[in-house]
Parts: sequence; structure tokens; C-alpha cells
Amino acid sequence: MDNLYRENILDHYKNPRNFGKLKNPSASLKLYNSACGDEIEMQIKFQMTNDKLQIIKEIKFSGQGCAVSMASASMLTEKVKGLTFQKIQNLTTKDILKMLGVSLSPSRLKCAILPLEVLQKTAALAKEKENKV
Amino acid sequence: MLNISKIIKDFPILKRKIHGKRLIYLDNAATTQKPKQVIKALVDYYSKHNANIHRGIHTLAEEATKMHEEARGKIADFIHASTPREIIFVRNCTEAINLVVYSWGRKFLQRHDEVILSESEHHSNLVPWQFLVAELGIKLKFIPVTGKGLLDLNVYGKLLSKRTKMVSVVHISNVLGTVNPVEKIGEMAHKAGALFMIDAAQSLPRMPIDVTKINCDFLAASGHKMLGPTGIGFLYGKEKLLEAMPPFLGGGDMIREVYLDHSLWNGLPYKFEAGTPNIADAVAYGAAIDYLKNLGLSNIFLHEKKLTDYALKKLLAIPQVTVYGPKTAEKRTGVISFSVRDIHPHDVAQILDREGIAIRSGFHCAMPLHQKLKLPATCRASFYIYNTEEDIDQLMEGINKAIKMFKI
Repeated sequence: MDNLYRENILDHYKNPRNFGKLKNPSASLKLYNSACGDEIEMQIKFQMTNDKLQIIKEIKFSGQGCAVSMASASMLTEKVKGLTFQKIQNLTTKDILKMLGVSLSPSRLKCAILPLEVLQKTAALAKEKENKV
Repeated sequence: MLNISKIIKDFPILKRKIHGKRLIYLDNAATTQKPKQVIKALVDYYSKHNANIHRGIHTLAEEATKMHEEARGKIADFIHASTPREIIFVRNCTEAINLVVYSWGRKFLQRHDEVILSESEHHSNLVPWQFLVAELGIKLKFIPVTGKGLLDLNVYGKLLSKRTKMVSVVHISNVLGTVNPVEKIGEMAHKAGALFMIDAAQSLPRMPIDVTKINCDFLAASGHKMLGPTGIGFLYGKEKLLEAMPPFLGGGDMIREVYLDHSLWNGLPYKFEAGTPNIADAVAYGAAIDYLKNLGLSNIFLHEKKLTDYALKKLLAIPQVTVYGPKTAEKRTGVISFSVRDIHPHDVAQILDREGIAIRSGFHCAMPLHQKLKLPATCRASFYIYNTEEDIDQLMEGINKAIKMFKI
């Protein structure tokens, strides 16, 4: 655990990157973890070509939560800029743990994974819109 | 006065080391630990007496039946019920409340009738009533919680009317530890012609309760929050009311005569206890009550009051800590919810766990109260008979460690 609260996690918790809102997002979504009261909203803007999603151009998140969930969200937004829809959907729990560089107990794993869940669902919303155009 | 060092020796789990540190268990509002007397009652029952009850003629069946009914009698004595027939065994406090909602509520409530709850209810005394709003069109009204965490009885008085059929409130809040004035609330309910129910999940483990003095119509409680096993609790109801209520679940043991097209119900309390009950846990619940009676509930109350007072003073002295609810132990006991500035409760709980300290973090199954008081998720420390001032000192050290780690 001494490892869990190491410098870079605390740094992302206290100074979250890409924190805030986007003006014209392709999609946005807010999810709660009712067990602990975490809430995370993601907004993403895809680069579009002929109404088709290309890569993530901009991404912002907001909300509140523990150091693990906030740091995970902050790092994730940095990681996924420039990725395609498919690459985002292919991300797994393993990738998140690698990104955080820590091992987590099952109860804390939920905190770490919530941002990825929100991101993938937000991207799926953008995909739905694309299909409707 | 409690002999704490003697009590601690009765709890095998307190010898456990967590991450190499002595276990300091401060999550008693969630569930308490079990003394060896309760564990022994379970082992003895299964080793020597196990049988199904109310059926067999053989010796084991007779013994098991007697032990099960003795446990019921101990609970009846413990809360001063007029007869053991007023004690219905259920799985837990939640099920006891559901029993009243499903059996009494469905039979006696109709559209536009009103049920009054409080804003500080555990989800267990809110969600079941919401079912009846959807099903019957009853209305729920709520006694507001003031900024200090106390129930606003002036507003309560105005909520009461001819339409009020039931008032159901928590005795001790599982978030704020506030002790609600149930005698007064019940008296006002009865004057308005309504019934009165108490959620005693947090109060029965830590203060003397006399249902005839409180004059409640129903009382719900769980065994596991008062040294007993999980999976056993009870509903107390006044005999006349229980007589008038239809069964909750159908099956064996709750019937007197069964035909293919109809059945006649058994008498109290069996009418509400369909199927083979949780015999072993009921017997061990009886052992837990013996243990508590032996210590004396007034002594337990005083012990927790002292600890709460001590912990409040220590917590309030840390500038980064915010305590919720009354700031003195006068109107509260046993439970303290707090937060540490800029550190999420999950992180506080995790850092404390590393020190061997178990606390709860989150909404504590009372999300509406958190919303009303605009609380984020909180940390909760709750005490019981085996906790000491030293445990609280360790808690403070752990909190200070978290503050240092987060550099706030």
C-alpha cells in the first residue's frame, strides 16, 4: 500500500490532468459508484472524417472520488488522446493496473476501473451517434 | 463499570494481527465481533442437539425445540415483551421491517393513507415502504433532520393527521449516532391514531429497551449487531396486532390444517415462521443476550458514552477533520462519522487498515441523509464493549499518518 499512495498517484489526485468540461463533445456520460459515492463524468471529442469517428482529439473528465479513481481517470485521459474507438474498447483492467503501476485489492479495483468503464461507454455513445448520421 | 481487559479475552478474533498490527475493530455499527460463549453455543448445538424442531418426538427434536423456544423467551425478557408469542424470528432487522410492510401494510393501508418516516432512516426503513407507494398509492412523509442532525419534532407534529396510519423511525442513527426521543415520537403518533414502529438495530445492542415503556407497536432488530450470529433477528409486535395480520410467507410450520384448496394458520409466533427456521443461530443469539445481560446494558451505554466523548474531543482537535452530527456525547452514542479534508474516505480507510484499524467508509446505507446534510461519502468509527481509549489513540495516530502522507 505504501506503493499505492506513491508520488505520481498523489500528484494526479491533487493535480488532475484534463479536468473540466468540453464545449462541443461528441459524447458525454456520468456514472456513479453508489457503494462509495464516487462519480465520474467523461466528455470526449473525436476527430471526424466523412462523419466517421477517427481518433480522440480532446477529452475531459470531472467528478469526485478517492485517490485511486481520480488518479486513474487523470492518467487515462492522458493515455487515450490520439487513440481510435476500437483501441479504446480493447483496453482492459490489465492495462489500467499497468498504467497505475500498483496492485489493488478487489474492493479498490472497482475504484480504478470506473474511469475506464465511463470512457468506454462514452465512446460507445459517440459511435451510436455516428451510426445514426 | 465494564471490565474491558476481561471482555477482550472473550473475543478470539481480537487476537488477530492485521498487516502485522493488533486488530482495532471500529466497525461495530456494521456488525460486532462474537465472544467465545456465542461461538460455543453454535458448536454445542450442532455437536450435541441438532434436529428439526416442532415435529419429531425423538430426544434431539425435543431438545432442539426447547433450546429454540428458550432463545425466544430470552429475547422477550430482554425487551420486556408481555409474552414470547410477540417475538417473531426473522433473518435480520431488514426482514422484520419488510414483514410489517408486506403483512400489515398490504392488509391495512390503502390509497392516500400516509406513513411517516424520518430523513435519517437506513435504507431498510425506506425502500420497503416505497414498494407500497407504487403498489397501493400510499404517501410517505419525512420528519426533517436539522443541521445538527436531530429530528425536527415541530415539523413532525404538523405532518401528523387523520391520514397518518404508521410512524416508523430509527432509534439510534447509524450515521450520526444520535438517539431519537422515541417515547415522545410514539406518544404523538398514538394521539393521531397511528401505529408506531422502531428500527432498533443500533439501539438494542447498547441501551436498555423496554417496549412497554416506549409503548411501540413494532420493534425490529438484528442479532449480528449485538454479539449474535448473522442471519438471525426478530420482529416484536403487540400480540393483538400480530393476531390481526395475515401470514408473510406460506409453507410448513405456519399452518394448523392444510387441505388442497385452503389452509388454516398456526397461532403466534409460528404463523409468521414458515419453513425450518434458523435454529442454531437463534440459540446462539440467546447466548449473546445472556452475555449482554450479564454485563448490564446501562454499563454498556455508559462505556460507549465515555468513548464517544473521548473520541469527539480528540477528533475535533485535529484541524483537518470535520465531525458530523452533535459535537458532544450528550445526544449521541457509539457512532461518529467524520471526514479528513481532501482525503477521500476510501483512502483514509485503506491507510487505517494498514495500521490494523477497521473503520467504514461510504454512505452507510443512508444516502438520503447524506444528501440532506450535503455530506460526501464519510468515514465512520463505531465502538463497542471491547474498545478502549487506547484504540481511539491509535485511530488518531492513523489519521495523522494519512494527513502526513497526503501532505494536507
